[in-house]
Amino acid sequence: MAEFTLPANSKVGVGETYKAPAGAKNIKTFKVYRWTPEDGKNPSVDTYEVDMDTCGPMVLDALIKIKNEIDSSLTFRRSCREGVCGSCAMNIDGTNTLACTKFIDEVKGDIKIYPLPHMPVVRDLVPDLNVPYAQLTSIEPWLKSSTQPPTRERLQSPEERAKLDGLWECILCFCCSTSCPSYWWNGERYLGPAILLQAYRWLADSRDEAKGERLDNLEDPFRLYRCHTIMNCTKTCPKHLNPAKAIAEIKKLMVERTI
Amino acid sequence: MSAANRPTSRPLSPHLQVYRLPFLANLSILHRATGIALSVGALYLATWVVFAAGSFDTYAKFQSFNGSIVGRLVLGGWLFSLFFHLFNGIRHLFWDFGYGFELKDADRSGWIVVAVTAVATAAAWIVGLRLI
Repeated sequence: MAEFTLPANSKVGVGETYKAPAGAKNIKTFKVYRWTPEDGKNPSVDTYEVDMDTCGPMVLDALIKIKNEIDSSLTFRRSCREGVCGSCAMNIDGTNTLACTKFIDEVKGDIKIYPLPHMPVVRDLVPDLNVPYAQLTSIEPWLKSSTQPPTRERLQSPEERAKLDGLWECILCFCCSTSCPSYWWNGERYLGPAILLQAYRWLADSRDEAKGERLDNLEDPFRLYRCHTIMNCTKTCPKHLNPAKAIAEIKKLMVERTI
Repeated sequence: MSAANRPTSRPLSPHLQVYRLPFLANLSILHRATGIALSVGALYLATWVVFAAGSFDTYAKFQSFNGSIVGRLVLGGWLFSLFFHLFNGIRHLFWDFGYGFELKDADRSGWIVVAVTAVATAAAWIVGLRLI
């Protein structure tokens, strides 16, 4: 049964406030979710006033500025700072996205930043992604072939290759899976949009020879069919991919093989 | 990692509390809610039939309840639920065939369902009142 409220140890309190330095004229306020395993306290939201005249344009710039200049204990994942690695996925202004490609200017008023929703928190903005990674493993995201390997590359026509567009670009940031209410309520059994998009990426690959086996693995009331076309995944994807469509294509394959 | 390996003290990050649900998600919630309302409404209709099978007096009693403010709210809500669930169900059928997944198409079909539901509910309500 879905639990709509947070468990007692997860209720969010009010945290510290860090004022902008005197003389700062262009101030933006960031309200950031904080939790550390060390002090035994509940999570809280800290408030940081940042001087935008000395800050870069992206939300990630502000987070790095906060960590460098205001509060070095703030913890978050980041790497490429250009929307390629998927590390800095978080909930900004009520929507999951990458902090590095989200303009501060896009948000009116205070910027609220939380970790990816409905995930166990390791610390501050760092969620525990072990479950989705294990689910990715479960769909065996690699080329499977039972025939003798060719002596050269496995060739594809341009049309066959085009079927992978909109699928291969996924960076596994899990913005989509953690935006999905079905994944919130059934995340341990429903694979979620990110993993199902990957599953379809291999089903759509002309070189793969394990289509039947892959579909068998997905033919399950929970793994695939908890998708109710809520469309939060497609709406939130920072790479503008369409997991909802990929899931629908898998459902179609399921029907096609039985009729 | 299984649930057993995870430190139990680890908090769950906020979800419904912080997520700004888009238009499409709200329609999805409404679809679920109207589905439940229709199930309850079916019981209401069955009760209506039972009262009609009783006697003229029992039927008249039920009819007078239908005419009250509460009764009208129940019937109006049921009518809205029926039309919304019906038209949104048709939208789901298109999705099942793989059509309408682009965001602007999904938004557009959502607004069409809302508009058609409003018109159909109003039209059925007016026709219903004329027939009484």
